[in-house]
Amino acid sequence: MSTREVISSGNDLAARAAVDAGCMFFGGYPLTPSSEVMHTISDLLPKIGGTAIQMEDEIAGVAAAIGAGMAGVRTLTATSGPGISLKAENLGLAQMCEVPLVVVNVMRGGPSTGLPTRVSQGDVAQAKNPSHGDYKSITLCAGNLEECYTETVRAFNLADRFMQPVFVLLDETIGHMHAKAIIPTAEAVKEGIVPRKTFDGAPEDYKPYGVEQDQPAVLNPMYTGYRYHYTGLHHDADGFPTEEIETCRKLIDRLFKKVDDFTDEIELNEEYMIDDADILLVGYGSASLAIKEAVNTLRAEGIKVGMFRPITLWPSPEKRLYELGQKFDKVLSVELNQGQYLEEVQRSMGRLDIQKLTKTNGRPFSPADIIAKVKEVF
Amino acid sequence: MAFNYDNYLRTNKMPTLWCWGCGDGVILKSFIRAVEKLGWEKDDICVVSGIGCSGRFSSYVDFNTVHTTHGRTVAFATGIKLANPEKHVICVAGDGDALAIGGNHTIHGCRRNIDITLILINNFIYGLTNSQTSPTTPQGFWTVSQKVGNIDPTFDGCKLAEAAGASFVARENVTAPKKLEKVIREAISHKGFSFVEALSNCHINLGRKNKMQSAMANLDWIDSITVPKKKWDALPEEEKMNKLPTGILKQDTEAREYCESYEMVKEVQQGKRGKITQDDFAKKI
Repeated sequence: MSTREVISSGNDLAARAAVDAGCMFFGGYPLTPSSEVMHTISDLLPKIGGTAIQMEDEIAGVAAAIGAGMAGVRTLTATSGPGISLKAENLGLAQMCEVPLVVVNVMRGGPSTGLPTRVSQGDVAQAKNPSHGDYKSITLCAGNLEECYTETVRAFNLADRFMQPVFVLLDETIGHMHAKAIIPTAEAVKEGIVPRKTFDGAPEDYKPYGVEQDQPAVLNPMYTGYRYHYTGLHHDADGFPTEEIETCRKLIDRLFKKVDDFTDEIELNEEYMIDDADILLVGYGSASLAIKEAVNTLRAEGIKVGMFRPITLWPSPEKRLYELGQKFDKVLSVELNQGQYLEEVQRSMGRLDIQKLTKTNGRPFSPADIIAKVKEVF
Repeated sequence: MAFNYDNYLRTNKMPTLWCWGCGDGVILKSFIRAVEKLGWEKDDICVVSGIGCSGRFSSYVDFNTVHTTHGRTVAFATGIKLANPEKHVICVAGDGDALAIGGNHTIHGCRRNIDITLILINNFIYGLTNSQTSPTTPQGFWTVSQKVGNIDPTFDGCKLAEAAGASFVARENVTAPKKLEKVIREAISHKGFSFVEALSNCHINLGRKNKMQSAMANLDWIDSITVPKKKWDALPEEEKMNKLPTGILKQDTEAREYCESYEMVKEVQQGKRGKITQDDFAKKI
């Protein structure tokens, strides 16, 4: 893939990635530390005929973005944890109606207003189930500047492939990090775009939700002769409200199966120096930058450490985590929360003896934190 | 020949969920007649609704239709409209939907003057969920959440829309379907945010404990509280108490529409014109 070198920030790169990936609509509301995504995209979209609108609140921001997605365009919203809390109900509607949408969440300290300008990874559990009800979340997490770009691009393609919202988690550290990044060219991104499936048969044969049990809905753009209905209620193949027992069962089963049966298309991990390692560190997002540095330092001291970094957090790489849990006796989970992903690591590995290093004071990890912890517990 | 509503209805999804004698059907028919008179293609129309009895409106019409979350109708519609500004977007919401939980979106849709029509079906009560107080429930009325009588002051949706910047505001009554059709036709063909409050009956959940158990009794009450605008303007203030004016209450064809304003943003960003200044808004389009 042809690349280019840019000097930019994580938030700026996420916005640029969206536009390069074919996004034509942004609906949002200012929220520290995500606002720069809106600042950048509100300049970029009108240049190419798209639209960026600052709505009256977070709820309206995501509603407008979903509305544009229903109309058929690639669409984005960006916010931070408090905004996700407010957007949650409408994210559930997008799950239920199967509307593709990318949601960038630049995580800050919580709960509540928390630490608006400081880093956290406290929204990892929220990303799995922001809304009420049963559905399957797809959540990607950028671990460096490049991935703020590439994961946003990947999110757009996954959203159209699986017809549902896809989260891209950044955090304050990475969102506001400003440095050199080597990213794919816009042309290369364009070549990789896989638009959502559409139906081109006779309108009377069109059943937007009448798909195989492991497939997403096929939602044609509006105003193209296929008039259909969106509803957050349980619905039939036509998209119309129903309470018919089998239809209701099959709908929710399908929302799971369409993702569960194709996790190989979604899963993405980085494995750093684990082949000969004795100790496994598990971490993601900006924390992984400190982990990597700690791995290098510890290895220089003769302590064989490696890192496993899920880039797709949800669905989790449970099979790979299970294998690693079999291989490594010594596992340390490192995250900027009280252990939200640790629970997933424990579940996947089938073990409770995972060591943890957590931090919730709004400051990033330093490699020294991790080195000290490794030496303390192993 | 009789008017053929079926051409615009999803008759295979009938009967509607609405109760026998509900005024919402009159609004549905008035809307269809208005669309037919304008000769719009069904494909070019999107109807967006929220939650409540009015929320089901979208499912019965053969347009592009969206049944959204409670109160967020105008916000969803804003994204739908901006994605295709040349198409027609009509919101249908109830009084609880658009004035309580969704009040903020109603305000800001009006303020932007985006070319969307909001048909607010006001039946003065939360009907679908069995008679809770809505922002338009008259004071002193029985509701299931205020059984000793509603103490909450009553909200005038049209005054709100006017103050917030909607460029077309009207109110009509389901007992006057011809007038209702006319204001809906004017509203949906108006460029800018148009707000139509359609007063409807809910003899089941408003009327049952407020001495209006039949549709007719409820409709008579609505008639008794409405006054055509011309008459209203001549009424002394003390006689306006507990009454509502009907007809077109505001019509401003000069106000700048939001999608058109956004075109200016595109032109600036594409280097086709200089930056937007205050003067751009003093001028007429």
